Amino acid sequence: MSTLAALPGWVLDHHAAVLLALGEHVQLSLAALLAGGGAAVLLGLLGAGRPRLAEATITLAGVLRTLPSLAVLAALLPLLGVGFAPSFVALSILAVPPVLVGLVTGLRLADPAALDAAAGMGMTRTQRLFRVSLPLAAPLLLEGFRTASVQVVSGAALASFIGGGGLGDLVTAGVALLDLPRLLTGAIAIALLALLADLGLGLLARRVAP
Amino acid sequence: MRWTARHLDTIGYALLDHVLLVLAAIAAAALLALPLGLLVAHRPLLRAAMLGGAGVLYSIPTLALFALLLPVLGLGFVPVVVGLASYALPVLLRALLAGLDSVPAPVREAADGMGLRPGQRLRQVELPLALPVLIGGLRVAAVTLISAATVGAYVNAGGLGTLILTGLDQDHTEKILVGAALVSLLALAADRGLRALERRLGDRAGLRAAP
Repeated sequence: MSTLAALPGWVLDHHAAVLLALGEHVQLSLAALLAGGGAAVLLGLLGAGRPRLAEATITLAGVLRTLPSLAVLAALLPLLGVGFAPSFVALSILAVPPVLVGLVTGLRLADPAALDAAAGMGMTRTQRLFRVSLPLAAPLLLEGFRTASVQVVSGAALASFIGGGGLGDLVTAGVALLDLPRLLTGAIAIALLALLADLGLGLLARRVAP
Repeated sequence: MRWTARHLDTIGYALLDHVLLVLAAIAAAALLALPLGLLVAHRPLLRAAMLGGAGVLYSIPTLALFALLLPVLGLGFVPVVVGLASYALPVLLRALLAGLDSVPAPVREAADGMGLRPGQRLRQVELPLALPVLIGGLRVAAVTLISAATVGAYVNAGGLGTLILTGLDQDHTEKILVGAALVSLLALAADRGLRALERRLGDRAGLRAAP
């Protein structure tokens, strides 16, 4: 308990290091979420109206989703070295499956009657996709981004093992130095960041829901 | 592949440790999930509160959870089993409740009409019908835990993560890749195996339910 009481003081004394680690963590997570999520959206849109391609991308997502984060991070080290690059690529890969599954499921659920009506109004396939299907799929797409963001923030904590920086550095340094306040600050910050991402994107998804 | 050929026993023990970690955690979580699930199944408020709390637990990142448990439980096998069980609990709880919900009300009423006691109804009617959904939960829990257990190596729980982390420390590419490949294959195998079981049980339940 005394450690917990001393925690705010420790954070104040080391605010520069904590803010640096937090900044790195957020930067890495956002970059990976945008890159991986963007790639997933592109794949999902390509699969719209092409059931076999959509099925193939879902199978790919199923395999990628199963891969353990630490395994993906570590396996990229021999290829890309240490630091930001392998961490960014690994986390981008982890962001793909939830977004892809969310988008493909959302597009499938889009009401056929709405699509028929749009076709009757003379909309082309592309117009129907962007003006009808996509808005209807938006809540599930955002749910996908929500799951992805939690996984990416969680995975970014492991980037510390391959020199990717972030809040994981506080944990690993805390363990190495037997510095309990450092370790707890890192762990609590990582947990709060994940919960915040979960909550924030959850609220957004609920707001877009029709 | 020279290192691999010479260290097959190390690799085998790491694989065994990994499987044991996951099995122990799933068993612990299942023992907790069953009474908790039955307790809240017909109490909507309690059920919402418990699923909400469990959801928060589930989204705590692995490294953070093990680090938070470290000052309390120390290093090794037991704290990691506790941490892993806390990831499996929300998944199993959700699956149990969804499974019980999937039992049609007329079936439950018929069981009551036949004079089954609530315990008998649960064992002989509800749980068998909920089995495919339960196996689905078990699949998600197994994949999640195989992944999370990799990080457990960092707090000395053993398992395949040990190969990855010592490989990273020693700049030993082969060790890293063997660990990463094995843990990925283990996760894929668990996913495929349990999915096949889930489908087969689902088909059987479907046949049984047909008039």
